[in-house]
Amino acid sequence: MERLQFFAQNWPLLLRLTSEHLVLVVISTAIAALIGIPLGILLVRHPRWKDLALGIAGVLQTVPSLALFGLLIPLPLIGGIGARTATVALILYALLPIIRNTITGIEGVDRHVREAAIAMGMTPRQLLWQVELPLAMGVIMAGVRVAAVIGVGVATIAAAIGAGGLGTLIFRGLRANDDRLILAGAVPAAMMALAVDWALGRLESRLRARRPSRTFDLRAVGLAGSAALVLLLAIFSAWRFATAPTAGLTKPRLVVGSKDFTEQVILGEIIAQMLEARGVEVERRFELGGNLCHNALIAGQIDLYPEYTGTAYTAILGHPPLTDVRAVYEHVQREYLEKFDVIVGPPLGFRNDFAILVRGADARRLRLRTISDIAPYAPSWRAGFGQDFISRSDGYAGFVRAYNLRFAAPPREMDLALTYRALAAGEVDVIAGNSTDGLIAALDLVQLEDDRRYFPPYEAVMLVRRETATRIPEAREVLERLAGSISTAEMRQMNYEVDGERRSPAEVARAWRARKGF
Amino acid sequence: MRSGPAVEFRGVTFSVEHAPRPIVADLDFAIARGETLVIVGESGCGKTTTLKLINRLLLPTRGTVLVEGRATTAWDPVRLRRSIGYVIQEAGLFPHFTVEENIALVPRLDAWPEERIRHRVREMLQLVGLDSERFAARFPHELSGGQRQRVGVARALAADPPLLLLDEPFGALDPLTRAELQREFAALCRRLHKTVVFVTHDLREALLLASRIALMRDGRMQLLATPREFLRTTDEYARAYLATLRVEGFDEDRMAPSCAE
Repeated sequence: MERLQFFAQNWPLLLRLTSEHLVLVVISTAIAALIGIPLGILLVRHPRWKDLALGIAGVLQTVPSLALFGLLIPLPLIGGIGARTATVALILYALLPIIRNTITGIEGVDRHVREAAIAMGMTPRQLLWQVELPLAMGVIMAGVRVAAVIGVGVATIAAAIGAGGLGTLIFRGLRANDDRLILAGAVPAAMMALAVDWALGRLESRLRARRPSRTFDLRAVGLAGSAALVLLLAIFSAWRFATAPTAGLTKPRLVVGSKDFTEQVILGEIIAQMLEARGVEVERRFELGGNLCHNALIAGQIDLYPEYTGTAYTAILGHPPLTDVRAVYEHVQREYLEKFDVIVGPPLGFRNDFAILVRGADARRLRLRTISDIAPYAPSWRAGFGQDFISRSDGYAGFVRAYNLRFAAPPREMDLALTYRALAAGEVDVIAGNSTDGLIAALDLVQLEDDRRYFPPYEAVMLVRRETATRIPEAREVLERLAGSISTAEMRQMNYEVDGERRSPAEVARAWRARKGF
Repeated sequence: MRSGPAVEFRGVTFSVEHAPRPIVADLDFAIARGETLVIVGESGCGKTTTLKLINRLLLPTRGTVLVEGRATTAWDPVRLRRSIGYVIQEAGLFPHFTVEENIALVPRLDAWPEERIRHRVREMLQLVGLDSERFAARFPHELSGGQRQRVGVARALAADPPLLLLDEPFGALDPLTRAELQREFAALCRRLHKTVVFVTHDLREALLLASRIALMRDGRMQLLATPREFLRTTDEYARAYLATLRVEGFDEDRMAPSCAE
């Protein structure tokens, strides 16, 4: 019942995301077919390059999707964040099955039939269009079908680089610990995969059937297909243009980014709303995964995003962890300006340090207060950490050394948002969360004190490109206004309002601004 | 009409890399206009290769093949092939074309007017003994083996080429159907006055159809003779070949007064 209500309330959003998803898959698969089929034909004619080309396409397909998205961001023209980059990545994934099936299909044409065609006096072109392609079409179509189904799956990941689609809901659901959101993204995606598979399967079996050649003129089909694709692209870009904020070209324009967790989205909303209140046109590129924000900022794809000094100092600048709050901030400020031409704004007022979390029930039962207190229990405990915590220099390795911890098994490495669920569900016994996380209170978790002062400080700051700050003075003004304005308690409260009470980040940001009089 | 042989081999050798011996070696013979030359020999003796050298599916490694007095290397391959009919075992029909479309292939490639193509297809179907009403719209997989082979012959003849190449066209058929098609084909040859080069490993078939028989062995021409000469040859290899017929009780009187005679 509750679920039905959810769908009823959110169907316009669902419809938009589903169509974004479908457009992404259709366009990328179609372009991949337009590249892959001719390439496959070329490779049949020049078999020397076949192994190399198939090898490259194969390697491309084994690159994890998020990694591929990350690699594409800094590239000119095809890179950046948004639907274009996602389309490029999806095309790269779709190429292998299409090229391979084109080759298999054409090479699979009966030797006698091919020989007869040549002996009848067909030119190579006639052989291709009248004999090889029609006979290989079924197999080629099967490749396109596989590519499209893979595309539906990979496109969910595309949400991480702001390309929209159903993945947006899945990521949001994971972060907010909300099953309804996860299902709202996953179920339509699964249905779309089935539908695409079925539809292309029908087309494939029609093409496999032997049909009179003249009622099925391949050249006409190819031409019509290309024309339809161009039309689709045109409509799509027109639609994008029409739905983009168009309040006038004279308005200064600024792109605000955020990482892919609740707090970042709220901070992004706050600054975006403050800029809009000052007449700046703002484009939101929120929920970017991994280090995409940094790359996008350097590449000029976004102008501004919230960051943490500790992250900038260790993960991005590559320094060993430092515990002095002031020193870290000053270092980061100087180096960002020199290296990246990026201004580090004044601290926002709160810190989002690593928080070692246990279940409230365990903490009360075992009287746990500091991290040192868990050392005796660690050998029988399981730990679960986000990829970030495992890999960074101020993360897992140093942490267990500093506290001399030995866990029952190597820690489970999983998505950060999932560690909260895993801890609450008793799958793991200790996790490393964020100190401002709203779920800490919502799930009755307890943060243990960092009694050996292992974790470096993570002061929240805004990063803005210097060029942007010069072009749009309002950006600087807002940064100054935000200095020291958000306390840790306020941030935790706002996070809880979104994660626990399921209010939208925009709404929470608006309420906070109203309270503060910003 | 031009005079001179329709096809001529001059010192032709064809070899491929890494093969111990050439596929065919030192072929020197001419095929007269209107003649039916049947090439026989064991598997791998070079029969099919010899055929493919004529329509330039293969080019000689050494020597020259002349068609209509012109080296195949000097021909535009597409033009050359469209003037030569080609029939292979299992017919090599296009599975996605109807019977009508298969037969109309070369006329259509040569851009004949549609009306003339339709007429020609009907004519060809009649020639090979198939009812055009019943068969024109069928696909190859809806035909029997013998019917497919008839369509293959009709397709090869459609553009009225002066030269016809056939590579074991009746090899995969059951004995009754094969005998029937052989008979009809012999009659067709007499009527159409085509130059025919016919490959088979069936000596009986050769004796029925040939104006001359070419016996090949390990890529070389072992014997080139009329059927009557062939039956009286003293060549030991040819006699061994003939011995297989005696076992089957071949009736010499049934031997055809073949095409060219």
